[in-house]
Amino acid sequence: MQTIIASTRTKDMALTALFAVIVVTAPIWGKLIGAGYPDLLQKFAIFGLFAIGYNILFGLTGYLSFGHAAFLGIGSYTTVWSFKLLTMNAIPAVFFSVLLAGIFAAAIGFLSLRRSGIYFSILTLAFAQMAYNLAYSVLTPITNGETGLRVLRDDPRVIDAALGIQSEGSPLGDFFGLTLTGYNGFYFCALMLILGFYVSLKIFRSPFGMKLVAIKANQTRMEYTGFNPRPYLLSAFVISGMYAGLAGSLMALVDPLAGAERMQWTASGEVVLMTILGGVGTLFGPILGAAIIKYFENIFSAFNEQVLHRIFEFLPDWLADIMVLLTNPFVGEGWHLTLGALFMVVIIFVPGGVIEGFRRLARWSTRFDAEAAERRKAEAEEKAKARAARQAADEGGAK
Amino acid sequence: MTDQQQRKVVLSISGVNKTFGGLQALTDINLKIEEGMTHAIIGPNGAGKSTLLNTCIGRITPDSGHIQFEGKDLVAGFTPHAINQLGISRVFQTPEIFPELSILYNVMIPAFARRDGSFKFNPFRSLRKEKEIEDEAMSLLEDFGMADERHHHAGSLARGNKRRLELAMCLIQHPKLLLLDEPTAGMARHDTNRTIELLKKIKLRGMTKVIIEHDMHVVFSLADRISVLAQGAIIAEGAPNEIKGHPKVREAYLGSAVL
Ligand SMILES: Nc1ncnc2c1ncn2[C@@H]1O[C@H](COP(=O)(O)OP(=O)(O)OP(=O)(O)O)[C@@H](O)[C@H]1O
Ligand SMILES: [Mg+2]
Repeated sequence: MQTIIASTRTKDMALTALFAVIVVTAPIWGKLIGAGYPDLLQKFAIFGLFAIGYNILFGLTGYLSFGHAAFLGIGSYTTVWSFKLLTMNAIPAVFFSVLLAGIFAAAIGFLSLRRSGIYFSILTLAFAQMAYNLAYSVLTPITNGETGLRVLRDDPRVIDAALGIQSEGSPLGDFFGLTLTGYNGFYFCALMLILGFYVSLKIFRSPFGMKLVAIKANQTRMEYTGFNPRPYLLSAFVISGMYAGLAGSLMALVDPLAGAERMQWTASGEVVLMTILGGVGTLFGPILGAAIIKYFENIFSAFNEQVLHRIFEFLPDWLADIMVLLTNPFVGEGWHLTLGALFMVVIIFVPGGVIEGFRRLARWSTRFDAEAAERRKAEAEEKAKARAARQAADEGGAK
Repeated sequence: MTDQQQRKVVLSISGVNKTFGGLQALTDINLKIEEGMTHAIIGPNGAGKSTLLNTCIGRITPDSGHIQFEGKDLVAGFTPHAINQLGISRVFQTPEIFPELSILYNVMIPAFARRDGSFKFNPFRSLRKEKEIEDEAMSLLEDFGMADERHHHAGSLARGNKRRLELAMCLIQHPKLLLLDEPTAGMARHDTNRTIELLKKIKLRGMTKVIIEHDMHVVFSLADRISVLAQGAIIAEGAPNEIKGHPKVREAYLGSAVL
């Protein structure tokens, strides 16, 4: 798998535009798959961002962090505090959340990156669990412990107060007059997702990204080639931490509330699953993985026996009963079983993730395509021509 | 090679010892590598040749002794990447390449190290802008006859070609000192000869080289000086024709390679 490629500018722009169109039209195509409501679409975008960022660390460098939920939590808390102290406007909230997540990531990354492999993973896990437990206990004045941190009517909000902005009812995140709930919230998240995707694309196409992949491929060679891997890894760690902080911030933007459970290790594990399910180290894979998992969580957890009976209505009664009996454990509370089964199928049959599956399908469908053969032939000719041109140029240069 | 009286010493190894557990891998090694020379180190398996190179690049810290490169003591706290940045590149006994990356990128990456130093944060720079480095890598790959496969994964190469690729990766750094650990092992005769020609060409440019080699054809085609290592100690050193007839050398090699 070639992760890093020097693509053309037009291609990259087209890719970003395509992505933007897919994201912006999500409310439309979401309807077709029963996901056309803002709550779920927001989740797609937020966890998509979380996974894109995580992929910059795990996908490019191969360093498996089990603690990125800590940065998600930090992002959420910071946003709620920005709401409480400064303003309900989203901009300072996002800014400070990303900044603070970055600072924490720098500290935790600095310490964790003294080790590699499983020891690195354990260290990140330990730090994240520490953060989680602190949020529940010692840091209660900041996090409001089990109850969770919420925005109150009589919070100071100095900027809003100075500008004479007052919210009626319970205060909601806002973007220069737009209240960030429902589809407004989704479009704000979508904007961030498109930006986040573009930044990730730039990193994938940069010498910096190339070196991250080289560290994954052979760290020893990197060191004896004159690179200091540590600052590269730390940069990747901090960048991915900032993405997590952004995702956490968006969670609190669309629903002004932050709780410690967001930092739990299961949340850290979820982003690992998303990335692997979609395709580690690919541009689109992690977003796809995030969407699939959130979709399953929402759709299958909403199923119950009645819904199943309706689905199997067309079968004879006795068969329908058996089918319901068989499928019932996989829906509702048991949707994790479905996810687990899907995950196993993907890992065993297409270890490259869903994206790899698509690629194989595409290759398979074009294999006997006469047109494709024609194209390949043309390409080969083109290559031969280019080679001749290069040789000619070289000879010219030699003279 | 003209025999100038005083050549500059590039690498100076003095009094280096190294033990692994109870095994004395290196015993009081003294060696001076002069500028522009190709210095071969030969010796039977397990003699400590690779270990000696490892002490020079910071992979192994000697128990005692000094290693000076252009007057800087490498033993005193130089990390591997800092040593490379001083101008020492190494081809390993088992090829160390980036298997998942394309051949072209394998060669471009070391060029970045030379140009940008041990760390550069440029996530928004496009690889498209790195035309200069790409062109340099391409012309090197042409020399190596690998230009057409530039987009293939380096991991798909045969062992001998991986070694050649690693050599290209070192050469693009224009090192002041090139360390080669059995650069032709596992190569077909044809490729061995091509590598010899290539190394001769580099020699004309004045690059200093230390080369470990079992293949005596390679050694005698390239070396200006030869040191013989056996059981961790240097038992002989001299010009190639001095070494050829040396009785101690014959003794050390008895039953292994044939001189
Ligand atoms: N890191 C290490 N730990 C323990 N023992 C080692 C280590 N590296 C080398 N040795 C031992 O030191 C001795 C010298 O090894 P070295 O690899 O330097 O030999 P060599 O001359 O390069 O042999 P070859 O021609 O087979 O490559 C061997 O006995 C080897 O087992
Ligand atoms: Mg060796």
